[in-house]
Amino acid sequence: MRILQLCGLIVGAGVWLSAVAEGAETEELLQQIKSVGPQGEGHRAAQRALRELMQADAAALLPILEACDDANPLAMNWLRGAFETLADRTLASGGELPGTELEAFVRDRSHAPRGRRLAYDWLCKVDPSAPDRLIPGMLDDPSEELRRDAVARLIAAAEQAAKGGEGDAATQSWRKALGGAVDEDQVNLIVAGLKEQGEEVDLVQHFGLLTEWKLIGPFDNKDMKGFDVAYPPEKELSFQSTYEGQLGPVQWQPYRSDKPDGLFDIGELVFNHKGSAMYAASAFSSPAEQVVEFRLATPNAWKLWLNGELLFAREEYHRGMFFDQYRVQGKLKPGENVLLFKVLQNEQEQDWAQDYEFKFRVTDLSGRAILSSDARRAAQSTSDSTKSR
Amino acid sequence: MQRLSLLLIVLMTPSVAGAADWRQFRGTSGEGLADAAAPTDWSDGAPIAWSAELPGRGLASPIVVDGQVIVSSSSGPAQQRLHVASFDAATGQQQWDRQFWATGRTACHPTTCVAAPTPASDGARIFAFYSTNDVVCLDLSGNLLWFRGLTHDYPNASNSLGMASSPVVVGDTVIVMVESDADSFAAGLNVETGETRWRLERPRKSNWTSPVVMTDETSGRSTVLLQSADGVCAIDPHSGEQVWNYPDGASTIPSSVIVGEMVFVPSNGVTALRAGRSNPGVPEVVWNEGGLQPGTASLAATDSRLYLVNSGGVLTCANLENGSRLWQLRLQGKFSGSPVIAGGHLFIFNQEGTGFCVQLGDDKGAIVGTHEFGESFLSTPAIADGAVYVRTDGHLWKIAQP
Repeated sequence: MRILQLCGLIVGAGVWLSAVAEGAETEELLQQIKSVGPQGEGHRAAQRALRELMQADAAALLPILEACDDANPLAMNWLRGAFETLADRTLASGGELPGTELEAFVRDRSHAPRGRRLAYDWLCKVDPSAPDRLIPGMLDDPSEELRRDAVARLIAAAEQAAKGGEGDAATQSWRKALGGAVDEDQVNLIVAGLKEQGEEVDLVQHFGLLTEWKLIGPFDNKDMKGFDVAYPPEKELSFQSTYEGQLGPVQWQPYRSDKPDGLFDIGELVFNHKGSAMYAASAFSSPAEQVVEFRLATPNAWKLWLNGELLFAREEYHRGMFFDQYRVQGKLKPGENVLLFKVLQNEQEQDWAQDYEFKFRVTDLSGRAILSSDARRAAQSTSDSTKSR
Repeated sequence: MQRLSLLLIVLMTPSVAGAADWRQFRGTSGEGLADAAAPTDWSDGAPIAWSAELPGRGLASPIVVDGQVIVSSSSGPAQQRLHVASFDAATGQQQWDRQFWATGRTACHPTTCVAAPTPASDGARIFAFYSTNDVVCLDLSGNLLWFRGLTHDYPNASNSLGMASSPVVVGDTVIVMVESDADSFAAGLNVETGETRWRLERPRKSNWTSPVVMTDETSGRSTVLLQSADGVCAIDPHSGEQVWNYPDGASTIPSSVIVGEMVFVPSNGVTALRAGRSNPGVPEVVWNEGGLQPGTASLAATDSRLYLVNSGGVLTCANLENGSRLWQLRLQGKFSGSPVIAGGHLFIFNQEGTGFCVQLGDDKGAIVGTHEFGESFLSTPAIADGAVYVRTDGHLWKIAQP
C-alpha cells in the first residue's frame, strides 16, 4: 500500500511540476509576444512564440486573456490572434472552452476592457444565455463595447414600451440608457426618445463638451504656411497681452458657444478669415492627477498643448468632421490645467471647404465625460437648485 | 515539434500562382482580366450559386486563393473591429473568421468604410489591409503570422475621409500605399516577418489609388507603379528605389492598368506610358487621349482594348494602341467598383444594387443580362474557376452556371 501511495505521490508531483513548467513556458511566450513594438520591433521572437503558443491547449486561453491587461495595442492583436486560433481549434475538435473561468474574467472589471470583451464574445459562442445574465449589469462598465450592449438593451426596452403606449416605463428606460450611453448614435436615439416624452437632454453636459474658450487671432496662414510658425501664444500664455496679428493688433477675447451640440464655430463667432490661424485657450480643473482623453473633431488643421506640452499636431484641411474624430491622451495635473488649441483655416474656395470650427471634450478612456471641477460644481449647483424648486 | 516546424515551413512557403486564383484587387495580374471564362448566361438574371452573410461593412473585393474566398470587413459602432473571413468557394460555407482591433483612426466618410482596401495574397499568406492602416497577415487556415499598425507607428498617417488603396505582393515584399494630406508614404514589408524593408516619402496629398505591378516579359523583373496627384513613380519592389518617374499628374481615385510593357494611366484623360527604350530611367509617353475620362472605377483592359466607366455611368471601349474611342454603352447608376473581364464579357456592379453582364464586341457592347441584388455595391468583383464573386456590406455572392 505504501508503495502505491508513494507512486501516487510521485505521479501527482510530476503532473504538478509539468503544469508549473507549462505555465512558466506559456508566461515566457506571452512576454515575447507582448514585446512587439512599432516598426516591426520584436516580430521575429514574437512569431516564434506565437507559433508555439498556438500549439497549446485550452489551458492557455486564460493566461492569454490576462496578458491583454498590460499589452500595447499591437501586442493585443497578436494575443487575440493566438486566442482565437486556440479557441476555434478547441471547439472544432469537440473540446470545451472554460466557460466558468471566461465568465469570471468578463465579470472582473480590473482586467483590460478589450480582453474582457474577447472573453465575452467566445463565452457567448458556447453559452447563449450569457448575454441575458451579464449585459444588464454593465451599464457603467469600463468596456465601451460591453456598456454599449447594455445601453442597446435599454433602448430596445424603451422603444417597446413607447410603442405599447407605456410612456412612464419608456421614459425610465430612456433615462437609464442615457446614464451609460457615450456613443453618439445611441445618445441621439435616446435624446429623440426622451423628447417624445417631453424631456430635453443637455448634450453639452452629457458629452462634456467645452464650449467656453478665450480666442486670439487671426494670425497669418496664407498658403498654409502658419502651421509651423510659433506665434506668440505658443511662447507665452498672457491673456492681457496684445500681439501683432494678420490684420493688426490682436488680444484674447472670451467666447461661448450656445449651440446645443457644443459646436464651437469660429467662423460664426469671430469671422471666417481665410488663410488664418486662431488660438483657443481654456482652463480645466482636475481634482487629482488623471490620464484622460481629449476627444475632438474639426475639419481644420490643428495643434493641441496641455500645460505647455504639445500633445498632437495634424495638418489636414477639409476632409470631413466626425464626432470623436481624434482621440489624444494626456495627463491632467491636480488643480488648474491649461489647454491651448491652435486651429487653422486654409484658402480653399469650394462650398464644402468653408468650415472653421471644432468640438472638444474631455473624457475617461472609455469615452465618459469628465467635467472640469468648476463645471461639475456649477452643474451640481444647477441640479440642486432645480431639485429645490 | 520538429514535424510542426516542417509543416509551418511548408505552409509558409509561397506557392506558384494557382490558375484559378484571384489574389488581389483586379486579379492576380491586376488588370481585371480573368484567364478563364465566367457565367455569361444571365437570361434569367445572374445564376446565383450561393450567398453568405457578412458582418458590418466592407468595400474590399473578395479574393480567391486555393479554393477559399477571402473577405475583409469592419464592424462595431466606430468600425473598430477588423474581420478577415474565409469561405469555401464550392459551398459558401464559412471556414473561419478572425477579428482584430483597429489601432489607427476609424473615422471616414459614411459612404466608405474601414474595410475598403482589398486584401492580397501570395498563395500561402493573406495580407488584409484597412483604412486604419493596420496590416494583418494570416496563413490560409486563419492563423496569425504577424500584425502591423502603420498609423500606430506614424500617427499622422490617415485621411479623415478614409483610405482605400489596396496592397500588392511582389516576391517577398508586400507593398502598401499610405498617402494622405498629413503624412504620406509607401512601404515595402517583408512578407514573412512584417518588418519594413523600405519606406518611401510620398506626396502629401490624399490618394485612393492602388499600386500596380509591371513585369518585364524578357527579364522577369517587376516594378511597382505608384500613382498619385503628382504622376506615376516606378519603383523596385524589393528596395523601394525609383526606376522612373512620370511627373505630369494623375488621378487620385481610379487606378492604372497594365498590359504587357504598357501602363494606361488616368492622367490628363488617359495616358499610355512605357519605360523608355533608349533610357529605361525615363518613361515614354506613347499616347494621350484627353477625351477618355474615367470616373471612380479603375481601368480594365484586354490585350487590345481599354475599358473605362465615366462618372455618368457610360462604358467606353478604346483602342489600346492609340486611345481612339471605338464605342460607348450607357449603363445605369453610379459606379464605385471597377469592371472585370472574362470570356469576352465585362462584369460590373453599381451602387443601386444592379449587376451587369456586358458582351464586348469589336464595334459595340451589349448588355446581355442584369440582376437586381437589392443591396448597394461599392466593390469590384473577383473571377476564379469560372465564377464571379462579389460582395456588398452584408453579403458575399457566388455567380456561377449550375
